[in-house]
Amino acid sequence: MSKVEFNKETGPREVFCGLTSIVWLHRRMPDAFFLVVGSRTCAHLIQSAAGVMIFAEPRFGTAILEEKDLAGLADAHEELDRVVKDLIGRRPEIKTLFLVGSCPSEVIKLDLATVAEKLNKRFLGQVRFVNYSGSGIETTFTQGEDGALKALIPLMKSSDDEKLLLVGTLANNVEDRFKKIFGNLGISNIESFPPRQSTELPKIGKNTKVLLTQPYLSDTVRDLKHRGCEIISAPFPLGIEGSTEWFLAAAKAFKINELKVHEIISPLINRAKLALESHKEILKGKRLFLLPESQLEISLARFLHNECEMDLIEVGTPYLNKDLMKEEINLLPDNTKIVEGQHVEKQLDRVRESNPDLVVCGMGLANPLEAEGISTKWSIEMVFSPIHGIDQAADLAGLFSKPLKRNQILTSKTLVTH
Amino acid sequence: MELTLWTYEGPPHVGAMRIASSMKDIHYVLHAPQGDTYADLLFTMIERRGQRPPVTYTTFQARDLGGDTAELVKKNIKEAVERFKPKTLLVGESCTAELIQDQPGALAKGMGFDMPIVNLELPAYSKKENWGASETFYQLTRTLLKEKVSYSEKISPLRWKEFGRRPKVNIIGPSLLGFRCRDDVIEIQRILSEQGIDTNVVAPLGANPDDIERLIDAEINICLYPEIAEAACEWLKRNFGMEYTNTIPIGIKNTIEFINEVHKKLDLPLTNKKELENKSKLPWYSKSVDSNYLTGKRVFIFGDGTHAIAAAKIAKEELGFEVVGLGTYSREMARQVRATAKDLNLEALITNNYLAVEDAMKKAAPELVLGTQMERHSAKRLGIPCSVISTPMHVQDVPARYSPQMGWEGANVIFDDWVHPLMMGLEEHLIDMFKHDFEFVDGHQSHLGHTATKAKETLNSDEKEKNSKEGIIWTESGRAELTKVPFFVRGKVKTNTEKYAILRGIPEISDETLYDAKAYFS
Repeated sequence: MSKVEFNKETGPREVFCGLTSIVWLHRRMPDAFFLVVGSRTCAHLIQSAAGVMIFAEPRFGTAILEEKDLAGLADAHEELDRVVKDLIGRRPEIKTLFLVGSCPSEVIKLDLATVAEKLNKRFLGQVRFVNYSGSGIETTFTQGEDGALKALIPLMKSSDDEKLLLVGTLANNVEDRFKKIFGNLGISNIESFPPRQSTELPKIGKNTKVLLTQPYLSDTVRDLKHRGCEIISAPFPLGIEGSTEWFLAAAKAFKINELKVHEIISPLINRAKLALESHKEILKGKRLFLLPESQLEISLARFLHNECEMDLIEVGTPYLNKDLMKEEINLLPDNTKIVEGQHVEKQLDRVRESNPDLVVCGMGLANPLEAEGISTKWSIEMVFSPIHGIDQAADLAGLFSKPLKRNQILTSKTLVTH
Repeated sequence: MELTLWTYEGPPHVGAMRIASSMKDIHYVLHAPQGDTYADLLFTMIERRGQRPPVTYTTFQARDLGGDTAELVKKNIKEAVERFKPKTLLVGESCTAELIQDQPGALAKGMGFDMPIVNLELPAYSKKENWGASETFYQLTRTLLKEKVSYSEKISPLRWKEFGRRPKVNIIGPSLLGFRCRDDVIEIQRILSEQGIDTNVVAPLGANPDDIERLIDAEINICLYPEIAEAACEWLKRNFGMEYTNTIPIGIKNTIEFINEVHKKLDLPLTNKKELENKSKLPWYSKSVDSNYLTGKRVFIFGDGTHAIAAAKIAKEELGFEVVGLGTYSREMARQVRATAKDLNLEALITNNYLAVEDAMKKAAPELVLGTQMERHSAKRLGIPCSVISTPMHVQDVPARYSPQMGWEGANVIFDDWVHPLMMGLEEHLIDMFKHDFEFVDGHQSHLGHTATKAKETLNSDEKEKNSKEGIIWTESGRAELTKVPFFVRGKVKTNTEKYAILRGIPEISDETLYDAKAYFS
């Protein structure tokens, strides 16, 4: 392991809670509905994070707790029953309904597991109910996906067939690319989790080899291990280096010759390097500060340093699982400063002191930092854009070079007055 | 428990944040978990604010719940006071903290600070954003002024005469995330100043705690946005005798009425009455022959109480539209909206359910929708032109240019903003009318995008249905005539004709039945 400096920080934070992951999960599984059991704050949070509402009816909603629900718990269960019945009446196409716990439902100890169990009996053969918590007292942003996936594992049937299981939400086009490349490598039995349809859950067992596409799935990984799955240790498929190592690790698990991997991905790597050049020119030597939010920060730092030659000032992460991140940390330059957790005010002090060229941060902080003359990139875009794989390396770099390039354009004087 | 897919208003603590963020030298310590920090982006993204809201979130976690969350609150209060040095501290809790009952306000008061502390109790499970903003501003005003109540005589609106100076007023209510508040304030100040009236304090937008203490230097209050200002104005009236205005100066008639009301309250003679008629271009633009086609345009209105009521008056009396639907999500303003709706022979729609609004919109078959961002989306789906008149809003509703809703310039802005989408609608009609001419380029792009085309296709396919649901048959001539009706009223004409046919027991609808029904319903 490289000599990386680990720090922990506590204090006021500036991050989304796990409910936010519903924004991409509901798009990944169009036959699922996410019902948050929470407050008006929860509803307002998700709609604010989701931005413009273009659908007539979204596949997520909130059962808003009211004063009368807080008075007695038995009532709350009945009320939730009623809301669910209405909802299923309205949306008969829904196949899986996620009951999502929130801060208030956790604090009043609303037992969503029991509710889900009862509803499963009542709607047997029509809708499946699973529950997990996306509450901000337990989860940060992407950890919501971890909870949702973990909740689906008990529904996955067992099979001892050898297969590669890609775990973590991917953009559909990226997923297709990966499957094609693995096919070329000779791995044909590939499935994804979460699947594109909530009812088409992959079967798992002792010959399932799990390859993670996202770094924030600690609980899911633990439960998959319990089901006998083998976890392939690899960095994450962000950038050329990460993706190459990722393909190599998978190939090794399937006893595929390393040379064959290189043979297949070399043309992709060459193409990607070419595409990366123009971004690297902008990013090279620029100093980067990553605030914690998505848990993608460590992988991004590795990519932006190793492939785009940026200098790392501080790499924040809301949560650090050293075991899962082992391969990533190994690839980081010596003396990288990783900070787990957050004291937003102290961290912003460090941002100002270090005067970075680019800060990766949440949407609440971006404009205020820009107003102080510091270029920013919103981290939420990383979870909405197709950024995984060799073919997307330049696009990923582009997310970071664009704000710097824009700044350059706006401060330059290219046209003279005639 | 209430199923909510989308909500017009946020929780009440977001209302408190609107007050805190609008002001200077104030800090708000909010006992809340980390996810609640999302609210910052409403200000930094929608309003493009270059400053973070002055809010410290205590960020308690599940593991803190077993321990001492009260200590965590105190630690955060201490740090926030040391770092931000506010002149006044707001302390409150969001929905989750309300359940664990740490009473952060009481804790803060026990910490020995010498600055005023406002303890905000905003019930998250029964109240919403606008109420929270109103309550916060009221509590803040009360905290900063209550000591002056006993010493003070009632403020006479006429005292400026004794003082030998111009009358002074406060402008109360404008806040961040309010609709066009930034520009309304400039417009109203300009109007007042022209009338020889000075502005004492504008609050909460841009004010600091010292300004709040100076509120009583003015003679009267201008209650600009009752949703937020009325509670504080009422308290100032009760305790200091300060009168406040009732007229909201949106539209020409209301702006003139407002100026009259202010003069009357201050006993200031109004010398330029005649001039006022010509201050805005709206009356002449509305009278000019080009606007003839605006007559009787069907308009559907939904928004906050203040803007919805004002829009109804302008639509009906200043632009000559027909109001076919009126509603609000502000329960606090339900009574007034109902009364206005009654005057228009309508039943007001009071709801927080946007799908109910969309249904009502569909049924009313309007030619123009005036609503919030959500109605803009709904109208787009239905292929109906829309203009946004109220919060909730998106980033495009905070325009770079000066674009108030109030006063003379506000009326100009409203004329343009409402009439342009209609002209585009007219263009849409022309496209529909001329699409069979040989010069017409196939695939002409509608400004409404493909949604509108699809909406039309749905309507067309409806028309192709041989029989209506009630088993009434459309004859060849009936269907041919129906296709000649402009698309935006076609649905309505179809329903009305069928209704008429059922009423009269007519089994087959011909072109003549269509005209019979038209005459019957006109």
